[in-house]
Amino acid sequence: MVDSFWDAKINEIEKSFKKNNDYEMWKNNTLTEWNKKTGYKEKGYTNSSYMKIKELYTKEDLPDNFDKALGYPGEYPYTRGVYPNMYRGRPWTMRMFSGFGTPDDTNKRLKYLIKNGETGLSIAFDMPTLYGYDCDNGRSAGEVGKCGVNVSSLYDMERIFEGIDLSKISTSMTINAPAAILTAMYFVLAEKKNVELTKIAGTVQADILKEYIAQKEWMYPPEAHLRLIRDMLVYSTKNVPKWNYISVSGYHIREAGSSAVQELAFTLADGFYYIDMGIDAGLDIDDFAPRMSFFFNSSINFFEEIAKFRAARRIWATVLKEKYGAKNPRSMQLKFHTQTSGYTLTWQQPLNNIIRTTIEAMAAILGGTQSLHTNSYDEAWALPTDEAVKVALRTQHIIAEESGIADVIDPLGGSYYLERLTSEMEEETYKYFSEIEKLGGILDAVKKGYIQKEIAETSYKKQLRIENMEDTIVGVNKYIEKDEKPINILKIEDIAEQNQIRKLREIKNQRDTKKVRESLNKLRTAMEDENTNLMPYLMDCVRNYATIEEISNVGREIFGEWKEPKIY
Amino acid sequence: MLGGRYSVNGKSQKYTEKPIKILLAKPAIDGHDRGIFVLARAFRDAGMEVIYAGLLPTPEEVVETAINEDVDVIALSLLNGAHMTAFKNVMNILNKKGIRDIAVVGGGIIPDIDKPKLEKMGITGNYGPGTKLNIIIEHVKKRAGEVRKMRENEYK
Repeated sequence: MVDSFWDAKINEIEKSFKKNNDYEMWKNNTLTEWNKKTGYKEKGYTNSSYMKIKELYTKEDLPDNFDKALGYPGEYPYTRGVYPNMYRGRPWTMRMFSGFGTPDDTNKRLKYLIKNGETGLSIAFDMPTLYGYDCDNGRSAGEVGKCGVNVSSLYDMERIFEGIDLSKISTSMTINAPAAILTAMYFVLAEKKNVELTKIAGTVQADILKEYIAQKEWMYPPEAHLRLIRDMLVYSTKNVPKWNYISVSGYHIREAGSSAVQELAFTLADGFYYIDMGIDAGLDIDDFAPRMSFFFNSSINFFEEIAKFRAARRIWATVLKEKYGAKNPRSMQLKFHTQTSGYTLTWQQPLNNIIRTTIEAMAAILGGTQSLHTNSYDEAWALPTDEAVKVALRTQHIIAEESGIADVIDPLGGSYYLERLTSEMEEETYKYFSEIEKLGGILDAVKKGYIQKEIAETSYKKQLRIENMEDTIVGVNKYIEKDEKPINILKIEDIAEQNQIRKLREIKNQRDTKKVRESLNKLRTAMEDENTNLMPYLMDCVRNYATIEEISNVGREIFGEWKEPKIY
Repeated sequence: MLGGRYSVNGKSQKYTEKPIKILLAKPAIDGHDRGIFVLARAFRDAGMEVIYAGLLPTPEEVVETAINEDVDVIALSLLNGAHMTAFKNVMNILNKKGIRDIAVVGGGIIPDIDKPKLEKMGITGNYGPGTKLNIIIEHVKKRAGEVRKMRENEYK
């Protein structure tokens, strides 16, 4: 069998590992005797990816090609960071994921965060919005404004960003199934505020593959959503140069229960799929690849996470250069946003979550993230209060300005353990790529449920480890307290839902219904032709205050719906 | 109507001999399925027959599936804060249909203050994150035992 690109990479890394004779000698002569005296965990140690962790790493553990694989910051293969001066030149963006209740509630929270030193916006939408339902749909009852802000029409976007200068601050929107509609709304909003599209900056999550894999927020079959992503990619590459049309996301894959290696492998595999899509759409890779961004989870195993971020950069750079032939260095630079792990937050003894978040945030910074969201300690209970969010934001300020952690670029670079782990994670990731290729590529692997099964398997294994006390969770399976006192939580009043419904009714009464109908009809015709870019049509619809559900329904008619493969 | 569900191949069968059949569902606009998949696996490993309702079933669809599949227990999970509306809807539909021999248990992110209200509706368990699988499994077995007893009595 001819080696694939991936298998060649696996070989290359495997060959760079040498036998560590001095370590073996130390182990046999000194360690084993000592272990007998003190006792030790016979089963050994592993990380979240079930990789074996040794008790000691030495110079001999560094891969052969170590210097070349490491390189310098701002230079290929970017293991040490994408910028030459990293945080000395520009601190990471402190971007707190926010959104709840009505657009006015969220506007108030955003302004509160800006006043307290936040440097980028990140909007959370509620479930009805994420699935393309209006607030007055029966299915939305009880969910409006609960998990994020509700957006039913352009009017709601106008309220969210009231008094916020879109040319001064970048906005990230966590929206997937209706990503193209929300993007259209943001573009039209800029128009209405007289800000040129070339001046606005931001990121829309849009990564639909990871929805089928993990977060399970979709409206149509995969091909339809992928086409919408293509249209956003092509439109913004041509018209909105500072717009990151996709944020390829591992965060949700991890939260759904994957290991760090699985997060890395499945996310990058999704990324390559979008690269192929841009090429197939006739674009030059170096025109659109630089605007592809990533979003990772930072979980609690400190070194594993740092290694993951470094491996991610190295793999992306290597594959873009060697496999895709990219020439523009910016195409090869993997830039990413990080969020600390929601899964590691415990409902029990919630203040402990501040410490967990701090460790995870440090890993993200030591891993070279471009922006960071730190979770609030009360988020296993509810959406965070103002007070809890402020502690989370201040955690970032303390790391950035008191700890000295950000003063040196990649300060852990050269650590025997970290470098070895980075290379091993890289190898494990290539093994998954090879496996996925054998299944016919990532889309087929997802449609077959292979990726979903892999994640569910890891998640179940983790749960059993916790229950068998192999993994400790402080306050949950160890150091348990009998009486957990309730904490003060944010309550979202049902009045938010009623207000939203009332507002939507007003908008529907005020708008020009003829124009709405016409623009929706034009959208329908455009959808029927696979080669038409839908962005201008979507922008027309939102400009006329067509609602998110009215627009989504046109897609539901044309594209149909999707049932997931059964994994149980 | 319920009588037919008690015989297998014309032979009457004791419920205690059949594996517990459980439907897992998230009856609202909520795709967070990590917990429910862990439970699906754990219930299966505990010898139960498990059905997952899939993405975004309506409360009506949940009840319909439960009836068609002849389950002992419906396990509802939500992490999106809509449990007071959605769980209640499932109960209301069951009550309207006069179905009392399917147990309903709940779980997810459920504030303490809501738990007694759910219990009052007949939704028990209402476990949060960090609950041991065994506790949940035992609870399901207990509830399944109760409804099976109810069916046997009805059938006599």
